[in-house]
Amino acid sequence: MLGRLTVEALPFYSWVAMGGAFVTVAGGVAVFLLITYLRAWKVLWTDWLTSVDHKKIGIMYVILALVMLVRGFVDALMMRAQQAIALNSEGYLPPEHFEQIFSSHGTIMIFFVAMPFLTGLINIIVPQQIGARDVAFPFLNSVSLWMTATGAALVLVSLVIGKFSQAGWTGYPPYSGIEYSPGVGVDYWLWALIVSGVGSTLSGINFIVTIVKNRCPGMTFMRMPMFTWTTLCISILIAFAFPALTVVAAQLTLDRTLGFHFFTNGDGGNMMMYANLLWIWGHPEVYILILPAFGIFSEVVATFSRKRLFGYPSLVYATACIALLSFTVWLHHFFTMGSSANVNAVFGIATMIIAVPTGVKIFDWLFTMFRGRIEFHPSMVFTIGFMVTFVIGGVTGVLLALPPADYLMHNSTFLVAHFHNMLIPGALFGYFAGLNYWFPKAFGFKLDRKWGIRSFWFWLIGFYLAFMPLYVLGFMGMSRRMEHYADPNWQPYLVVAALGAICVLIGIACIAIQLVVSARNWGSSRDITGDPWNGRTLEWATSSPPAPYNFAIIPDVSDIDAFHEMKIRGTAYAPPVRYQDIVMPKSTPLGPILGALAFGLGFAFVWYIWWLVALCFVLSLVCVGIRACDDNSEFVLPAAEVAKIESARLAQISPADLHDMRDFVPLGEASGEALPGRGM
Amino acid sequence: MTDISSGNAVLLEEEEKTSLEAREFGFWIYLMTDAVIFALLFATYAVLANNSAAGPTSNDVFELSHTALETALLLLSSLTFGFATIAMTLGRSGRVVFWLIVTLLLGVCFLAMEFVEFQGMLEKGAGPEVSGFLSAFFTLVGTHGLHVAFGALGICVMIGQVLIKGLTLPVRSRLVRLGLFWHFLDIVWIGIFSVVYLPGVM
Repeated sequence: MLGRLTVEALPFYSWVAMGGAFVTVAGGVAVFLLITYLRAWKVLWTDWLTSVDHKKIGIMYVILALVMLVRGFVDALMMRAQQAIALNSEGYLPPEHFEQIFSSHGTIMIFFVAMPFLTGLINIIVPQQIGARDVAFPFLNSVSLWMTATGAALVLVSLVIGKFSQAGWTGYPPYSGIEYSPGVGVDYWLWALIVSGVGSTLSGINFIVTIVKNRCPGMTFMRMPMFTWTTLCISILIAFAFPALTVVAAQLTLDRTLGFHFFTNGDGGNMMMYANLLWIWGHPEVYILILPAFGIFSEVVATFSRKRLFGYPSLVYATACIALLSFTVWLHHFFTMGSSANVNAVFGIATMIIAVPTGVKIFDWLFTMFRGRIEFHPSMVFTIGFMVTFVIGGVTGVLLALPPADYLMHNSTFLVAHFHNMLIPGALFGYFAGLNYWFPKAFGFKLDRKWGIRSFWFWLIGFYLAFMPLYVLGFMGMSRRMEHYADPNWQPYLVVAALGAICVLIGIACIAIQLVVSARNWGSSRDITGDPWNGRTLEWATSSPPAPYNFAIIPDVSDIDAFHEMKIRGTAYAPPVRYQDIVMPKSTPLGPILGALAFGLGFAFVWYIWWLVALCFVLSLVCVGIRACDDNSEFVLPAAEVAKIESARLAQISPADLHDMRDFVPLGEASGEALPGRGM
Repeated sequence: MTDISSGNAVLLEEEEKTSLEAREFGFWIYLMTDAVIFALLFATYAVLANNSAAGPTSNDVFELSHTALETALLLLSSLTFGFATIAMTLGRSGRVVFWLIVTLLLGVCFLAMEFVEFQGMLEKGAGPEVSGFLSAFFTLVGTHGLHVAFGALGICVMIGQVLIKGLTLPVRSRLVRLGLFWHFLDIVWIGIFSVVYLPGVM
């Protein structure tokens, strides 16, 4: 009846595991009680969980990312603590528990922090940047969200019922095969990946179509804001790369569950094929995480330097170049597989070439800042911190791209330091910059500046303290993922790294405080105009938070900095002659229902509860079938209603609230007028 | 917020047209992601095709006449779906239903033949758990078969929709997309025929 699920799945075997399970359950119960206490279930269900509004879906994504960031960071803290004390001793974590922690840390940070964070920001902003009322497929968007949330839920449940994978976040066979990992851990990992991977693929398709089809009149491809460009590029990457993850995860699942021989040791399996398939997804994935952050930095740096983005076309081409090249370098993740020298050389050179378009971007941002009137807003500070730190990570990456050097540093903490050096400044700082930058757009009030700056400094210093020692340790020969060690020379560095982790902990606390303080002072930091930073792109043309339809009248643009230009021309806040009826998508409970069914399916597969697998599968098909027959998924918002919402908004704005654009009016030749003294 | 009144019908229909256009474009991209899945399954098969691990080899398990008949059925079903599409553009819903039923029957026959083939292999002790070659074979061909089964389900749903709703704009668009899916599976099958079966018996 319950497959291999028995009472022994509960974590009574160790105090630390029980503690983790307790915190997870207590957290869930606390949230449940809080919602019940606030009598918010109905609002939550009708206005949020079943919503297909891209802004609300985006907010839910970001909340998921922040919750999972805390969970993933606790893992990091536990690892740092273990390694700081585990010289010639067992530390406080048994090896099998330590292995679960580094596996879940990587899995969570990539799939359930970075992916939802960037997808959330994209959801909130991109439709507004292109002057659209929604994404192309609002319902699909809701399904994507719930698939991602389901994957995260599977990882969280593994803490309470059963164990998580011990095979690292990449799950290489044969160790991840059934022979060496007979438990449920790897299955939890696989199903979390499969389910959330399907969600990401659907998001990718959705945003390709949204950006290609839904742009407002006048917005040619070369007038799209940089964030939209990076989103388009990563959506294409997602559509091409995530199927590879689905395939490799499905094959490993077949190996484990039905005794297939794709990656087994013997019987005709080929385990190096796993490495190839995984990294055909995995390397583009790195750029899927980083490119949106590059887009955010581009927006932030232009806005807070008060200048047009320098070298916009070169940034576009560099982004496209990186996207293309990202499919040509996967083998550098396993140079030591033993391909021929020529194969390794090709992939090594391709890897180094990626540094060129990336360098172009760094220079473009620097030149945007050059002679700009820089404002040190938290998002700008994160951007500057990124530029300095990311370059160091880039240099170590080029070092690792040399196959002979890679043979020495492969699987050492040098590698760990390198990819954290790419992903923390390159991805996470970008998302934090985006959080500070776009928060008022999503919620209608600004985030507290002081705590934002503090969070930045703790994150930056914490990052350097935590990862610079790992570079050194890598040179000293320390492998990654060590539960204990015998070399006393390593310990001082590991203690410093642990201090760095504590610093980052304070950084996270600062973000939490920032959110609380800002929410408490929301009345005094409200964003009335919808344009708190004197922004340049179209998302600032809507109100904050935007009306459900974003734009009452679809804008017509003629410049890269569309909204900036509208403000200069004085047309930004002009009410239209008349409003029109607007067609809106209806909310639907099918998104969360499909998510719940996917959870049941994954959970049942993990525990071999076959009747539940069949039930969830059939019910999912029924849901899809119902949706496929639904011709009535939209409603009309009448013009009178729109006029009411819009005039209420415009009435709030007084001329004193608007930004003074006189400084930005083009002078001389740029304005199209002849310069004095140069007349005919 | 009011319900749909007659004045809004025009607006809704206009919106519907653009949204259906987007759906067709999106469906092409979905097919592309599916093509990537099949491409990787083909690659896996190519890597593992000779890894029969002392078990049956492709020469032992493939039967070209059986596969040829399967191929004929599937190609024919693509043709009949094409007839259904032509009938749709002519607006003759009766014929659409007729050709869809023919397509469905051909598809089901294909699935039945594939089932017989798999059954026979399992009885001969050539199941997917025997070797890397057979794992890759069953996964690639089985994934295709699963797609055909989903396509057949889709045809059933669409027959119902044509009968109940007639050839409305959304129904037409869904038919077009289902057709794309069905023809796509045909192309994949040609790949399977020429990468898996032909070299297997040569």
